Amino acid sequence: MNRRYLVQRIGFALLGLAALLVVVPILLVVGTIVIRGATAVNWEFLTAMPRDGMKAGGILPAIVGTLLLTLGTALAAIPVGVGGAIYLAEYARDTWLTRLIRLAIINLAGIPSVVYGLFGLGLFVLFLQFGTSILAGSLTLAIMTLPVIISTAEEALRAVPTEFRTVILSLGGTRWQAVRYVVLPQAMPGIITGVILGLLRAAGETAPILFTVAAFYLPRLPRSPFDPTMALPYHLYVISTQVPGMPEEIQYGTALVLLALVLSMNVVATLIRSYYRRRREW
Amino acid sequence: MHPRRWTEFAIESLIRVLGLSSIGFVLLIFLFLLKEGLPAFLEIPPENLLGTRWYPTFDLFGTLPLILGSLLVTATAISIALPLGVATAVFVREVAPGWARELLKPMIEVLAGIPSVVLGFFGMTVLAPLVRETLDAPTGLTAFTGGLVLAYMALPTIISVAEDALDAVPKSYRDAGLAMGATQWQTIWRVVVPAARSGILTAVMLGMGRAIGETMAVMMVTGNAARMPLTLDSLFRPVRTMTATIAAEMGEVARGSTHYHVLFGIGIILFVITFLLNLIAAGAIFKKRRRGGLR
Repeated sequence: MNRRYLVQRIGFALLGLAALLVVVPILLVVGTIVIRGATAVNWEFLTAMPRDGMKAGGILPAIVGTLLLTLGTALAAIPVGVGGAIYLAEYARDTWLTRLIRLAIINLAGIPSVVYGLFGLGLFVLFLQFGTSILAGSLTLAIMTLPVIISTAEEALRAVPTEFRTVILSLGGTRWQAVRYVVLPQAMPGIITGVILGLLRAAGETAPILFTVAAFYLPRLPRSPFDPTMALPYHLYVISTQVPGMPEEIQYGTALVLLALVLSMNVVATLIRSYYRRRREW
Repeated sequence: MHPRRWTEFAIESLIRVLGLSSIGFVLLIFLFLLKEGLPAFLEIPPENLLGTRWYPTFDLFGTLPLILGSLLVTATAISIALPLGVATAVFVREVAPGWARELLKPMIEVLAGIPSVVLGFFGMTVLAPLVRETLDAPTGLTAFTGGLVLAYMALPTIISVAEDALDAVPKSYRDAGLAMGATQWQTIWRVVVPAARSGILTAVMLGMGRAIGETMAVMMVTGNAARMPLTLDSLFRPVRTMTATIAAEMGEVARGSTHYHVLFGIGIILFVITFLLNLIAAGAIFKKRRRGGLR
């Protein structure tokens, strides 16, 4: 065989090897956590309060806390994010101001999560005096989630063909009517996908809630947005580093619940995307 | 004016404000970091801040070991993730059969979705013991372990940006290479990858930004010893990063104390570093847009 083709064979094999080195550890991480965590997860684990300094019982307050935080994040981030995306996709022209907005979004996406935590502590917890609370944490997570929601929603809006807008305008409709009754409904599946992708990041984050929400051990459910709460990611951090003699089963069980929550949101987002992509007629 | 016009005007104004809000949030974040962090730079003499010893209980706030710790872990992560990520992107875009592509894409999305604390937990319980036994070292919580975990956290970013860069290389480049009698491998190696290099540079910048800002996983697997990583074996010893320091100490610090302000000061340093990295990456993106002729 020609030497050049031998080199090509070796080259392709190395590329395949690289892909394998990327994939195998992912399977290992997910597999290990599923196998070792599955024995711990049962009905009591999901629905009971923790007991004996978290070494027994369930993780209900952490699950509820994470769901509430995600809900709070959604309430704050969706209107601002989708509104921002509508502005960029439908109204903004290519001016220096628009570029500045894009630069700001890129930078928001790059700010380290622990810096968001500092910011949330400074603004929401101390300056606005929300205290360590679900409200402070949700708002912090919402700002962190914005860039994901804005950029995916903008992409979805831009994918709607221009003709859809010109038809409304030619019928005497206004720009807002075109957005409200045609563009937004058409882009909705894409926007929902983006929102879910943003929220799943927020649900799994620990650093931004360290100083804004998280309660180390609080075996009751929060009653108002001004209450602190336990949360799954922070709980996993606590029981794997801060509590000596923690049964490994409970650690893996908590990791599994968090992973399952986040990955199932991921699957839902992917399903919505592919379902509507197939059904779409443009 | 017709009442309907008024509501529309109100809605469109609101949308404009929401559009501008991102700029407001970046400014707000920077403002609050400055407000809480600037006192540190005024209260502590610079020779203390730039010193080599971080012992807050003795008022020693040398940030140098933390900065070097972050750099060491980030450099390790990038030197693993860059070749792996670019090779995977080339494999997906240029070589892989359809079924392999369909399999790889969702796997990488799964990796991007795994929370950092879960990866840190895996690193602590599975990876660190493995590193300890392999190296026969006293602990497996080392800069190397942190770099390895971080490499996988940076991979989804690097792969997707590198894929976009390869995608932007015109098909005519590939055709020209093959028509000259080059093999597919030679075309990829000598034509396609070099043509995509500015995009690959963007991938590196964004990957570095992710790695240097990562907190939980790093805190859980690097051992958190604030020592100067100057000798060659530092890679296989515990280090402490800037992010881990903030996360570990902010909870126990008295609000308004010098230590509190210094932690915000470290936040300012992190903000500035990631801001610059993203600015460079964004510059590359904007430049590519202007030079539309290449497409």
